[in-house]
Amino acid sequence: MSDAIRKAAPHVSQSEALIFEKSTPGKQAFALPPLDVPAADPARALGAAHLRSDIEGFPEVSEIEIIRHFTRLSTWNYGVDTGMYPLGSCTMKYNPRVNEVVARLPGLATEHPLQPDEVSQGCLRILRDLERCLLEITGMDAITLQPAAGAHGEMTGVRLIRAHLTAQGDPRRVILVPDSAHGTNPATAAMSGYRVENIKSNPAGQLDLDALRQRMNGDVAGLMITNPNTLGIFEVRIREICEMVHAAGGLVYMDGANMNALAGIARPGDFGVDIVHLNLHKTFSTPHGGGGPGAGPVAVKKILEPYLPVPRLVELPDGRLRLVSDRPQSIGRMRAFVGNFGVLARALAYILANGPDGIRRTTEDAVLNANYIRKQLEGIYELPYPSPTLHECVFSDRRQMKNNVSTMDIAKRLIDFGFHPYTVAFPLIVHGALMIEPTESESKEELDLFIEAMKAIAREAETHAEMVRHAPHTTRVQRLDEVTANRKPILRWKPVPPPDAAD
Amino acid sequence: MRYLPKSDSDRREMLRTLGLSSADQLFDSIPAELRRKQPLALPRALSEPEILDYFRQHAAENAAGHVKLLGAGAYDHFRPVVIDALISRGEFFTAYTPYQAEISQGTLQAIFEFQTLLCQLTGQEVANASMYDGSTALAEAALMALRITGRSRVLVAANIHPEYREVMQTYLAGPGVTLAEVPVAASGQVDSAALEKLLNETVAAVAIQSPNFFGCIEEIPALAEQTHRHGALLVTAIAEPVSLGLLRAPAEADIVALESQAFGLPTSYGGPYAGVIATKEKFVRSLPGRLAGQTTDRDGRRGFVLALATREQHIRREKATSNICTNQALCALAVTIFLCVYGRRGLRELAEQNLAKAGYLAAELAKLKGVRLPYTAPFFNEFVVELDADAAEIHRRLLPRKFVAGVPLSRWLPERRGALLLCATETAKRGDLDSFVAALREVLQP
Repeated sequence: MSDAIRKAAPHVSQSEALIFEKSTPGKQAFALPPLDVPAADPARALGAAHLRSDIEGFPEVSEIEIIRHFTRLSTWNYGVDTGMYPLGSCTMKYNPRVNEVVARLPGLATEHPLQPDEVSQGCLRILRDLERCLLEITGMDAITLQPAAGAHGEMTGVRLIRAHLTAQGDPRRVILVPDSAHGTNPATAAMSGYRVENIKSNPAGQLDLDALRQRMNGDVAGLMITNPNTLGIFEVRIREICEMVHAAGGLVYMDGANMNALAGIARPGDFGVDIVHLNLHKTFSTPHGGGGPGAGPVAVKKILEPYLPVPRLVELPDGRLRLVSDRPQSIGRMRAFVGNFGVLARALAYILANGPDGIRRTTEDAVLNANYIRKQLEGIYELPYPSPTLHECVFSDRRQMKNNVSTMDIAKRLIDFGFHPYTVAFPLIVHGALMIEPTESESKEELDLFIEAMKAIAREAETHAEMVRHAPHTTRVQRLDEVTANRKPILRWKPVPPPDAAD
Repeated sequence: MRYLPKSDSDRREMLRTLGLSSADQLFDSIPAELRRKQPLALPRALSEPEILDYFRQHAAENAAGHVKLLGAGAYDHFRPVVIDALISRGEFFTAYTPYQAEISQGTLQAIFEFQTLLCQLTGQEVANASMYDGSTALAEAALMALRITGRSRVLVAANIHPEYREVMQTYLAGPGVTLAEVPVAASGQVDSAALEKLLNETVAAVAIQSPNFFGCIEEIPALAEQTHRHGALLVTAIAEPVSLGLLRAPAEADIVALESQAFGLPTSYGGPYAGVIATKEKFVRSLPGRLAGQTTDRDGRRGFVLALATREQHIRREKATSNICTNQALCALAVTIFLCVYGRRGLRELAEQNLAKAGYLAAELAKLKGVRLPYTAPFFNEFVVELDADAAEIHRRLLPRKFVAGVPLSRWLPERRGALLLCATETAKRGDLDSFVAALREVLQP
């Protein structure tokens, strides 16, 4: 262990088998109340042919074993609660505890999506208040809260483009996507039946307007653009870009994944974009949960409102709220029911906790933190694009690769220093990218430790390259064999056959 | 600003490091005309007690105190308290997608266990973890069948949840894909004779649901055999998976699209839930969504990684199997814990209680004048009753008596004016069921 590691020290963690390997027939963790109606004979009620005899392999364990099992597993994870989690583009900010409490309140968590609107006014009011806040923050005209995640919001947005252009008689065939975009953008366009054409970035790390001009024609349905982009750079000519696309009859979709750089400072509605989605699990602090759930509301300009997915939330003259599905021009439903209500409630709690000044101050701190890191690491790590950046900064591993130490090696070594790695090797336009987004949730002390760790690793790359290449050295498992995992995938546990079955 | 860990002097010092005198200058790269001069028009910042008051007040404006006989894709089952105790651990809920395997083994092993449990339940060979919900899982399953078969047509049973069907329509509204509806037989199940007429060599998939939207259990082996004879795939949606505690696994289906909400997730006014797609090993490379796989490290220790990522958008971009990125991982963890709590015997007992409660309610209702059970197929915890009255009107009249009488089918199917879809899970109390029957008797009387 290096003396340079101040933030972390190794500690013992418990080993733990798979839950199936811990199962013993006869153990149980459940107790049902006695049945207060006559028991039904399954064979008679359902027909013997429909019945299963057993759920083969299902575990049988006691409650304390379940508690220990998942507690032990949890200690093998790193979360925002553990420490700085500077994954670029993911906005791993603090997840306030009060959000968790409100989403679980009886009267909210207990409500059924198909109960009548008359007895759902509380849920609907929460949704309405969130809609208003998000419209104010984005500067757009109308919004749907239905999409379950960012990529789901993207799909909603691209369907809106198609619906609008189809209504005008020509759906067109091409969606333009900058080469710096998240992979979800091209995947979404393709999934919605569009051909994807990539637009390259210019040397300043921004969309190349000449390249865009050359590609614009009557077959282009729209442009998907992330702003600030995945380099953390604001697309300075966003208005011109929008005008160019509009002039050719297309629409502009803004990926709002990086809204944490803008909230309270600038509004997509003022940029000229037609559609923007928000990742509530990024900017609005709802937890990432190890991969989800999220929510990806989509805000639009007036012209697209008729096409928004159903149900729509409507306020009656007397102030009561209703969900309305009778919208003939709608793209339809993106998912069953109204949306990820529990996530939406958390996001509203976050907005209420911050207020207008808090939202702005949060954005300022996020951008301050990113620029502080950038300033301290510039010169030690290569900064491929010198343009000013907002909430994140992207370095490359060019200098460290002289000693054959890659962005992945540096990332793995950061784990030994007590940090979660940054985003590795993305965006693709930077070879060997280190994409760092600290968010506003880091104190100066934690940032200084991170900077110190990054500097120490840069030194180690020169003096102990081999050691860095084999990092991490302090985790339960070392780097895992992904090649075999992909070549001969083992995707489920299977019981070991009893010895006599082998004959 | 209680979430921001900085003092003003920290800020000043950091700005000084950057050679700046104010935070405004951090945004100089944004053209002035795009920067907002006035503050956002949002409610003032609330303290924690005020936030709690706001949500508690609105929670009181919902259906507290109502007996809700509601299912239709979201089921009220008891949630063992260990679920929230465990998923509230910050190491689980504040972690990201487990791309960095060495410090994500907890999430990865839990996903691997989830995949295994879902395979055991469905009789399928692989299961992903996870999709947004059952409806999008079904739509993605249909897209998957189109990719696998290279065919262009999907047949959709008319007794699939209407909102699931609408989502399929949205997802499949791309060039060249056609959807056709398979009618329902008098039993409440898929009309297999009508299906036979619709099947041909252009059909990629037949999509069904079991128990279906009317609560009836489908004949999966027979439908699979019929579908396979025409070279198409059988896609089976399962919206109420507690039924699998008793029902035989849909092993004959080629793809199962499952909504796992019933396994320990609150109904939460529509989400978050967790969808799953389970299928055969031979189709794994067409599967959308995340998969955890078992492997070893240099010292031979067992560990888990995200596997087969070359299907996914962050690697394959426009050639990916789906655009899905964020999924419902924490919900999948809750499901895993729920299934461990109930386990091999508990899930069966739970299913038996559901069967008994719904069977009791149906039998009591069938005794009423002007009420009949229109379908002959067996049902699990949900069923349709046909009234000699306007069901939506009856439903409305029961509401002030604090009963939510399921859902009137006319909500989606205008021609079904007399039909109510009712559900009774293990949480329904006999006293409440009896009061409901009595109340319905009263409102039915002229």
